[in-house]
Amino acid sequence: MKYIDEFRNSQVAKKLIENIQRKINPERKYNLMEFCGGHTHAIHRYGINQILPANIKLIHGPGCPVCVLPIPRIDQAIWLANQPDVILCSYADMLRVPGDKQDSLLKAKARGAQIQIVYSVLDALEIAKNQPDKMIIFFAIGFETTTPPTAHAILEAEKMGLNNFKVFCNHVLTPVAMAAILDDNEVKIDGFIGPSHVSIIVGSDAYREVAQKYQKPVVIAGFEPLDVLQSIEYLIDLINKNKSDIINQYTRAVNPEGNLKAQEIIARVLEKRQQFSWRGLGQIAKSGLKIRHEYASFDAEVQYNLPEFQSDDVKSCECPQILRGIKEPKDCKLFGKACTPENPMGACMVSSEGACAAAFQYSLISR
Amino acid sequence: MKINYKGNIDLTIGAGGRAMNQLIHDLMLAEFDNEFLAQQGDQAILPPANGKLAFSTDSYVVSPLFFNGGDIGSLAINGTVNDLAVGGAIPLYIAAGFIIEEGFPLAQLREIVKSMANAAKTANVKIVTGDTKVVEKGKGDGIFINTSGIGVVENDWVATSPQDDDLVIINGAIGDHGMAIMSKRQGLNFASDISSDCAALNSLITSLAPYQKHIKVMRDPTRGGVSAVLNEWATFYNCSFEIDEEKLLINESVRGLSEILGLDPLHIANEGKVMLVVAKDYADEICTLMKNHPLGQESRIIAKVNPANQVKVSMKTLFGGLRRVDWLNGEQLPRIC
Repeated sequence: MKYIDEFRNSQVAKKLIENIQRKINPERKYNLMEFCGGHTHAIHRYGINQILPANIKLIHGPGCPVCVLPIPRIDQAIWLANQPDVILCSYADMLRVPGDKQDSLLKAKARGAQIQIVYSVLDALEIAKNQPDKMIIFFAIGFETTTPPTAHAILEAEKMGLNNFKVFCNHVLTPVAMAAILDDNEVKIDGFIGPSHVSIIVGSDAYREVAQKYQKPVVIAGFEPLDVLQSIEYLIDLINKNKSDIINQYTRAVNPEGNLKAQEIIARVLEKRQQFSWRGLGQIAKSGLKIRHEYASFDAEVQYNLPEFQSDDVKSCECPQILRGIKEPKDCKLFGKACTPENPMGACMVSSEGACAAAFQYSLISR
Repeated sequence: MKINYKGNIDLTIGAGGRAMNQLIHDLMLAEFDNEFLAQQGDQAILPPANGKLAFSTDSYVVSPLFFNGGDIGSLAINGTVNDLAVGGAIPLYIAAGFIIEEGFPLAQLREIVKSMANAAKTANVKIVTGDTKVVEKGKGDGIFINTSGIGVVENDWVATSPQDDDLVIINGAIGDHGMAIMSKRQGLNFASDISSDCAALNSLITSLAPYQKHIKVMRDPTRGGVSAVLNEWATFYNCSFEIDEEKLLINESVRGLSEILGLDPLHIANEGKVMLVVAKDYADEICTLMKNHPLGQESRIIAKVNPANQVKVSMKTLFGGLRRVDWLNGEQLPRIC
């Protein structure tokens, strides 16, 4: 398959592995965090973690938006779906995510709530257009990648005068979360395999502040296995030279300033929240987005009197440590026993891109 | 009076009176035409069979009803035929139950019935008895079909436990059926050329008779795909399997759509594939024989049997790494069979 096979060529992979082996300093450890769930998935799916030298440790970061959404927000989505005449539109992977008492949108749907799986926010807009007697609420989640479409949909809805379209906004910001992880003293990260799709929007320069403040190199990497291997090689180079530079490996899609048009739309429609809570990481200042006052008529949080829910993460779940790279999935006593993809207890098991789910599904560790 | 196929199924047809009788007579009896159905009893009286009987049932709720390469009718016949054939049976008779929603277009019903008749003819089975019910609007989703089938195991073939080093053969590309359905799913609307592999496998399987004592076990990888079959076998027979990714055949469009949707073709349903565990020394010969059959031209060895391991199914990736191949974990898929 063109544009895919080139980035999965096993001969090229062998070369890259040889380069990495030649360049590493056997005396030290290299702790590399891949922030994105997409990278976590690729690393496990292609068995990259097994073909790397033993002193390179890949730490799976919190870059899975489905995973990091806090339980009370899921409870609020379920609450919204249960309101009269509402159709809640959601990406499919949100449906299984457990809220309080293991309730989920999937279970709410089975009880009769109108929940529609969509592949794009534009599908939700279409439903709103076709069903004027229903209130269509889009459950907006994701990092900078899925944010521009949400903002665009709000502008479109305004243009079309669609009064029956609302957005429950849960978008979060990547560079802020990276900084929050590095703020923790326990964390030992030598460099980041930087986000692919997020970087297309924000640009590679968006990580400069984090890289400089915390003295960590960042290599923006594509999602294909050869992208990951080449980025690891670049990171080893930077770490060996003690440099905290930013290298853009994913040049076929990412430029330094990002997608300015998308950034402009986001800035027009959305603004930073003072605080947003992350499952597994807790409260992080200015890490989430909400809909600006000017577009409040599309904001489900404003239009519905959303009740506040209180529920904590499961106590014995090690997600907070796993998301910071302090522990591994196998160190958690719930992993593979009480906590499985069918019955996830914590953030990392929730979506196939989560660190624990990827380890459960693909790795050869016992469970 | 003739049936007006421009109309829709209504509750009069469902009431069991003259209208229902006419529909069954003019459509089902005419299309499925055979001597057992012609008895028109509440049961079909069948002649004695020459061996042990195989008996299987399956309900078909696929959505959409019509897709590239088939429809709910051909699927309902082929699916049950295949369930019998992979047990070593020669499929003979099918019972068909229809549950139709009020308002369902008669033209579509006719198309589905004709498709069933064609599939039965191709598979050399007879639809010998049936039932039709109509449910009120909103109580069904167009049409559901249940088929049950009877086959005869004329020889003494029975599935036996796979041994270490045995090999796993499949008769071609994986994931076609599931992806043909997915690409037509509401909200996706991909313009794709993916066609379901929906087909009756009994003649392919019968052609392997000379090697039957070297065939350990057979299964058609439908829902849950190849990974589900291997995981089931590994659990049941207490062994493990190692797939060689390089050997898998996955059509270009299926790969493309899998990439976009984030699906693993190993988890995607097939409706015209059979997986066989065979003795290592005969695997090549069996594969060659399969390639002579129209449904087996792309047959290949894709995996081998290893001693039991806590990782039941693994795959040697194109990268040379080894990864676990797990069951599908409850992804959101449309109804595919």
